[in-house]
Amino acid sequence: MGMFGRAKKKFSRFIQILFRRKRSRIGIYGPPNAGKTTLANRIVRDCSGDAIGPVSEIPHETRRARRREDVLITGANGSTLTLDIVDTPGVTTKIDYHEFLEYGLEQNEAILRAREATEGVAEAMHWLREDINGVIYVMDSTLDPFMQVNIMMVGIIESRNLPVVIVANKTDLPDASPSRIKSAFPQHPVIMVSGLEGTNMSELYDIMTEHFG
Amino acid sequence: MIQGVQIELISADRLSSLTTLEKIRTILDSVMLGNIVVLERGLSPDEQSMLVEVTMREIRPGGFSGIEMETYPGREAAKGGFFARLFHGRGPEGRMTVIGPAGQLKMLKIERDRLVAWASLSSGR
Repeated sequence: MGMFGRAKKKFSRFIQILFRRKRSRIGIYGPPNAGKTTLANRIVRDCSGDAIGPVSEIPHETRRARRREDVLITGANGSTLTLDIVDTPGVTTKIDYHEFLEYGLEQNEAILRAREATEGVAEAMHWLREDINGVIYVMDSTLDPFMQVNIMMVGIIESRNLPVVIVANKTDLPDASPSRIKSAFPQHPVIMVSGLEGTNMSELYDIMTEHFG
Repeated sequence: MIQGVQIELISADRLSSLTTLEKIRTILDSVMLGNIVVLERGLSPDEQSMLVEVTMREIRPGGFSGIEMETYPGREAAKGGFFARLFHGRGPEGRMTVIGPAGQLKMLKIERDRLVAWASLSSGR
């Protein structure tokens, strides 16, 4: 970023502080293990050099919504936007602690994880109705986009007229088919990324500055 | 004694006379008893969101583990969105919804012009 870019960024921040403009809260939603926290970490790292939370292959690693404030997103054309990013637990209609035992967790640990996960999902659904101004909806490109939870969540987001960007994540995997997601949701922008490897993130930032500004 | 799954059909009229919370309680109380509930006309997106929230609060480790739910398309199809594409523009008026216990309703899917559900006689785990 050149001197002009840095000056523009500082000026934009100054204006926002000066006028105390209410920031948008962008929720990162999606089914469990779609890579929401990996993506949230990537965004927050790219934009503020930090991370938002731990990731795991065991479903429901994120059991409480985590919010990172003042994340400055910069699009390719230099436009900037300051957002609060909220990483939410994976949305599901069912949680059975037995599932966690298959990943080697002890029974007590699995039960606690299930309890925390149910509270987290309930909280995330409540926030979607009350406290979120825009949504990044994350799907795993290796899975069928017509999963019931995706259909339901996109319907809920549409009914609330929230701006949404759909992320076809995990494009680094050999069996990824992000084009299926694109053709399934033609009414919304779909960005194909690998949150893990950081590919195509600049396109995501461009769309974010356009949609959430 | 006959063993089987009880299927409860709830008419659009009956559901429309209830408040959101009453609808959700009616559905969940029945599903938690192991029944499969078929709604003649489904829930609104906000009601679905509330259903997920309340379902989460009802889950008990070793007991009720949640729901399986599928909705046959309706208004979304008419709007030309996701369902319209999925069903090639055909938009039935009703939005039939099937909801069952997660451990018992093993699989639900929508095919081109029908909604298919497999129910297990056992209660899962």
